[in-house]
Amino acid sequence: MISRYISCALLTLTLTGILLASAGDGEWLHKVPAKDRNRPNPFAGDPDAPAAGGKIFAEHCAQCHGEDAQGKAEGKHIRPNLHAERVKQATPGELFWLLTNGSQKNGMPSWSRLPDGQRWQVITYLKSLP
Amino acid sequence: MLSLDATQLQLMISILAQKLKVSAGFFLGSALLGGVAQLRAQENYFITYSHEMEEPGNLEIAAKNVSGAPKGSNPFVATALEFEYGLQTWWTTELYLDGQSTFSQSTLFTGFRLENRIRPLLREHWINPVLYFEFEDINGADKVLLEVVGHDSRADFLPRNNRAEKLREAELKLILSSNFRGWNVSENVIAEKNLNASPWEFGYAVGASRALAQAASAKPCRFCRENFALGTEMYGGLGDRYSFGLAGTSHYLGPVAIWNIPRGPTLRLSPNFGLNHNSNGFLMRFMLAYEFDQFFSKLRGQR
Repeated sequence: MISRYISCALLTLTLTGILLASAGDGEWLHKVPAKDRNRPNPFAGDPDAPAAGGKIFAEHCAQCHGEDAQGKAEGKHIRPNLHAERVKQATPGELFWLLTNGSQKNGMPSWSRLPDGQRWQVITYLKSLP
Repeated sequence: MLSLDATQLQLMISILAQKLKVSAGFFLGSALLGGVAQLRAQENYFITYSHEMEEPGNLEIAAKNVSGAPKGSNPFVATALEFEYGLQTWWTTELYLDGQSTFSQSTLFTGFRLENRIRPLLREHWINPVLYFEFEDINGADKVLLEVVGHDSRADFLPRNNRAEKLREAELKLILSSNFRGWNVSENVIAEKNLNASPWEFGYAVGASRALAQAASAKPCRFCRENFALGTEMYGGLGDRYSFGLAGTSHYLGPVAIWNIPRGPTLRLSPNFGLNHNSNGFLMRFMLAYEFDQFFSKLRGQR
């Protein structure tokens, strides 16, 4: 009886793993709903926002993406370079959606616990990167 | 309900001071060993869980303390030393080591708990469920009170420290949590079973909290409003399988204050007030947490 439960649990875990692995890198961009994609950044014109966003980035994001946001390779995980063209091309709304939902398969957690304002400040910082 | 005379208060303060010294020493040592470690605990509450998971690869070490002076017994301070590790973005695992010190009795290790939290829905929703599984192997002297279930009451604190009573329990929680406009609102439904014989016991915990500032200031600072959050939580028992309801149960309510020190530890404080005659009159909860970024990667020398 117990071995049957263990088999079921293993099967469930395997299927979950397959489902999670089926999404590809950058695929999140296609999942962003249109209404989120077009959201404007309320901090876009705020001269203090890049510095405030940089502070939040150093606090929460630099551990994976690096202090200079150039990305990192840790074991089997590749943490993306945030100076990349894909980030530059993404709309603020798309980046906000990604920060809110995360990309769980790629190890990017949801940052919904940060208030909206702080997430927009991070996006302003990302958009200010050279 | 509240029965603190001057001597008891003095004793409680002296035990608390001792505990704080130990905690501070422990965290200072950890920080020195860990090199550049970072801040921030996830949860905003003591009892209630939200849907925030530990970031993958991060290890958080926290000392959750509770002190009280139950009517008819001696003041005590109990500590749950928590090791929380993010296995995946959707899977967090934790080990708790429990202990307590009761004045005029003894200081003792009271057991351990292993818990896992799994977030089945990977995207953010209006309500985000998390499934929680825990096994605990503790003894009858345990006083950390990480949940209240069934008919738990202040009478549980009255017997002298007794390690003979073994409690091997399984605990399930359904965690529901929402983040909206800077607010977090969380609700937990708890079911616990002593694996020996007792029936399923039930409990609840609810909490709401909010950061004091929604946007960060541009300059580095420790005392900026964005580093503070305030909230409140309430928890209690709901009887057991054969006598479900509020009769003979205990309940607590209290505010929670959180200070996330940038690139430092998180401090949390919560005075809890008993809401009926089955509850302890007053409990003071305080916590110090420190998070180590990418703990095992750093151990392996990958920076």
